[in-house]
Amino acid sequence: MERVAVIGVAQTVFEARKEAETYADLVYEVADQALKDAGMDISELGNIVTASNDFLDGRTISSMAVGDAAGAAFGGGLNISTVEGDGAFAAFYGLSRILSGGYSTTLVTAHSKSSEGNPLLISNACFDPVYERALGLDFISAAALQARVYMERRGLSERDLAEVVRLNRAKGVLNPHAQVRREISISEVLASKPLAPPIRELDAGPLSDGAAAVILAGEDFARRRCSNPVWIEGVSLCADARMTDRQLWESAALRKAAQAAYGMAGIANPSDEIDVAEIYAAFSYQEPLWLEELGLGAMDKSRVNPSGGCLCAHALVSAGLVRVIEAVLQLRGKAANPAPEPRRALAHAQSGICGQSHCVWILGKN
Amino acid sequence: MAKRVAIVATGQTEHAANRWDATGGELIGEAVRRALEDGGLRREDIDGVIVGNMDHFEGINGVEHWSIDANGGLLKPVLKLTTGGTTGSTLAVAGYHLVASGLFERLLVVGWEKNSESDTTGAITTAFDPVWDRLVFAGAVSGLAVEASVYMRRFGVTEKDAARAAVRDRRHALNNPHAHLRKEISVSHVLDSPMLADPIKALDMCPRSDGACAVVYASEDAAEKICPRPAWILATATRHLYSYLGDVQLYPLKSLEAASGEAYRKAGIREPRKEIDVMELYTPYSFANLSWMEALGLAGPGQAARLIWDGATDMGGELPVNPSGGVLSTNPIGATGLIRAAECALQIMGRAGARQVPDVQVALSTGFGGCMWSDLLIYGRHKPA
Amino acid sequence: MADINRLNRRDVLVFASGGAFQPYRYSVGRAGSRFLTELRDHGRFLGLRCPGCGRVYVPPRPVCGPCYRKMEEWAEVGPLGTLTAFTVLRFAFIDPETGLKKPVPYGYGFIRLDGADTDLQHFLRIDPKRPPKIGMRLRPVFEKERCGRLSDIRHFEREDTP
Repeated sequence: MERVAVIGVAQTVFEARKEAETYADLVYEVADQALKDAGMDISELGNIVTASNDFLDGRTISSMAVGDAAGAAFGGGLNISTVEGDGAFAAFYGLSRILSGGYSTTLVTAHSKSSEGNPLLISNACFDPVYERALGLDFISAAALQARVYMERRGLSERDLAEVVRLNRAKGVLNPHAQVRREISISEVLASKPLAPPIRELDAGPLSDGAAAVILAGEDFARRRCSNPVWIEGVSLCADARMTDRQLWESAALRKAAQAAYGMAGIANPSDEIDVAEIYAAFSYQEPLWLEELGLGAMDKSRVNPSGGCLCAHALVSAGLVRVIEAVLQLRGKAANPAPEPRRALAHAQSGICGQSHCVWILGKN
Repeated sequence: MAKRVAIVATGQTEHAANRWDATGGELIGEAVRRALEDGGLRREDIDGVIVGNMDHFEGINGVEHWSIDANGGLLKPVLKLTTGGTTGSTLAVAGYHLVASGLFERLLVVGWEKNSESDTTGAITTAFDPVWDRLVFAGAVSGLAVEASVYMRRFGVTEKDAARAAVRDRRHALNNPHAHLRKEISVSHVLDSPMLADPIKALDMCPRSDGACAVVYASEDAAEKICPRPAWILATATRHLYSYLGDVQLYPLKSLEAASGEAYRKAGIREPRKEIDVMELYTPYSFANLSWMEALGLAGPGQAARLIWDGATDMGGELPVNPSGGVLSTNPIGATGLIRAAECALQIMGRAGARQVPDVQVALSTGFGGCMWSDLLIYGRHKPA
Repeated sequence: MADINRLNRRDVLVFASGGAFQPYRYSVGRAGSRFLTELRDHGRFLGLRCPGCGRVYVPPRPVCGPCYRKMEEWAEVGPLGTLTAFTVLRFAFIDPETGLKKPVPYGYGFIRLDGADTDLQHFLRIDPKRPPKIGMRLRPVFEKERCGRLSDIRHFEREDTP
C-alpha cells in the first residue's frame, strides 16, 4: 500500500445539547480547524468525504445540509461523497480515494446532534419492521442482551463493569473535549438508574452533540507539507450477521478486521506491538469484549482509552473518527493524557446494533 | 500503484411500480444473484460490498446491516453510501476508487429502492431544510418545475419539445426487458397528461419504481479473467455544489457543466458529441433531456430541442441517448444512477441485446439528485494507459 | 403448503407502520435565529454578506460555500423582490411536516429580495386574472400573529395588488 498519513485533525467539544449550532455549523468548525491544523488552505484540498446519518439528522440526504460547510462548493466545486455510518468508515473510503490516484488529500468530516431527535426511536428503526420493532428494541436494550450474554460467558459482575466506567471517567477528566469530566466511584455507577438491566445509566456513554474531522494525505503531500505526519500502517473493516443470527459474546467481524489490519501493518503480537488503543466502547461491557477480540485483552489499562473513550463522550457517527483523532494526538505527543512514548496506536470504530460492523486502524510515527 | 478498474458483471431486477412479491432484502438478493451469475462468480470471490439507497423511502436505518444476508457482505467489508438521487452514481464512483486503491480486487456494488413502501414526494421533501425549504417545497417535481420555467422563458423552448424527448425514452424502453414502463407514448399523450406542477405533466416525469441493481467491479489483475470485454472506467467526476435550493443557478445546470468539464479533461475528450458513442443520462423529467444536453456541451444554449427533433439521440442516430429507456421509464431511486452505469457497461461489453448500439467504444453515464447535483462517469472499450 | 413462488398478490401481506414518526427539534443556528427574529419582531429581512465575493445570502448561513469564508456582516434586504422562477403545484402529497395531504393547488416561487444574491422560496399568491410571470415584482404579506418561523410570511403577491 502506498503510504498515506493523517496530517490534520479537529473535534468540537462534545456536549449533551448544542442548542445554538446547526450540524452544518459544527461541520464548518471542524473542517476549518482541521485545515488549519494541517497548515492547508482549502484551495489545496483534493476532495471530501462526509459522514452522516439521515435518521439522526432528521433529513433525507442530510449530506446536503453540510456540503457548503465541508467545502463542496469551493471554487468551481470539489469532488465529494458521503458514507452513512461512523466517520472512521468514511475515512476508510477517503483513504481509498487517495490510493486510487484520484486525489492527493481527503478531508473527512462526521457530525451528529443526537439531541435533535429521539435516539431510541431512531435506533429502533435499525430493526426489522415486520419482526422486531414492536418488541421495542433499540440500541440500549439490544446492548443489554449482549452485555448479559457476555457477562455470563466470562463470569463478569456488574461491579467489574463499573470498574471499567470508573477508570474511563478518571481519564476523561483530563480530556478538554469530553462531555463528562468528573471522577466517579464504583458505587456511584452501581447506584445509577437501571436503563435496561444489566446496563445502568453510567454504564452507557452519554450521548453527545458534536463533530470531528481529519485530513488524509498521500506520501508526497504529507512529506512536503507536514512536520508531524501520522502514517496509516493498516486498516480494515468487516460486517457481521444481524444480532439475532450470531453469538453475541464474541465478534467474528472484529477478529477478522483486526487480523487484516494487523497483517497490513506487519503486527504479529498486537499486545506487544501496540502502545496505545482507543476503543469505541459505547457501553462498559464493550471495552473488555472488543479488547478481547482485538487480541488486546491483557493490555495495561493505562494504555487503553486515555481520552476516557465513549464513556465520557458518545457522539454517534463521530465517535469512531474521534478514536482515530485521539490516536493521532497520542502519536504526535499532543494528547491531553499522553501514554508513555507511543510509537504505534490502534483506533477502533463500530457501526450498527451490538457492533455489527467494525473498523480497525493501525497508525504509526514512522 | 493505483489499479485500472473495469465493470465486469451486472445484474438487475425486473423493475415495477410495486414489487409486491418481494421484500427489499429479496430485491437486493435478486440483483446480487444475477450479477454474480453474470460474472460466473461465487459470493466467496467478492472482497467487499457497498450498498446504497435513501433511508426514508423504506424507513430503515442502516440498510447495509439489515440486508446483510441478501447483499452478500457477511464477514466482509461493507460500506453504505447515501447522497439522494445521486446515490447510484455515487456508488458507481465509489466502486471505482475502492478497487483502484488496490484495497479490493473484486467489489460488489448494490443500489436499491422499494419506493412503493412510502410516499416518495413526502420523503423527498424531508431532504430539504426543515426551517427554510419544507414549507413550500414539494419533492423533486417542484424543484424541476422551476428549472423548466426558467429554461422555457429564456429560450422559448416549448412543452411540445419536451414531450418529444419523453417519447424518445419511452420508445427506447420497449427494447429493455427490465424497464418498468414499456408502453409507447406519443407527443399528444404527454401534452394531454395531467398537470403536476406547471409546466410538468405526468408523462414528463419519471415514475417511482421498486428495483435493485448490482454491479461487480474488478481490478486489472482480475477483470479480463471474469469478462472478456470489460468496461474500463476512464474518468469520474462529482459536483454536489449546493446546500440551499435558493442558491441554485437554474440555467445552465452548473453541476453537470463542471462535472463533465472535469471528466472530459481526465478522459482526454475534446469533442464529446463525436467521441462518445452512447449515453445513459439520469434525466428524471423530459426537459432535462433538452437543457442538460447543453450543460454536457452537446448543443449550444437553447439548441438541444433541434437535436431531439432531428432524431440524433434516437436509436440509430448520431449519438443515441438512454437506449435503456432512461429514468423516464424506470426509477428505483437508490439504484437509478447505478443502472445507468450497468447499462453503459453492457453497451461496451456488446451485451445490451435489443437495445445495443453498434460498436460502442466510449460511453458516458450521469447521476442527478440532491440540490441539483451531478455525478458523471466515462467508460471505454480499451484499457486506459 | 403453497409454493411461495406461486403466491397471488391477494395472499401477500403488507405491514403498515401506521402513525409511527420520528420527532425532531432542529436547531435554527445563530444566523437563522437572527433572521427569523427580525422577521417576527420587525417584518425586516436580513442577509449575510460574504467578505470575499460580496454576495448577500438569504437565508443567512455562516459560510459562503464558493469562497469558504465566514460571513459576519449583516445587510438588510427586501422586503420587495422579483420573481425569478415559479410553478403551480397541482398534485396532492403527504406533507412530512404535518402528516396530512398538502392542500393544492398552490403557487411556489423563487423570490430574489432586493439586495440579495440568492433566492428565498415561498408561497406565491396566484391571481387568476393576472398569471405570474418571471421578473414580476413582489411584496410579502405577513401573518398578524408571528412566531419566528418562515410561515410568519403568509405568501408573496404582486407588488401592485390592490
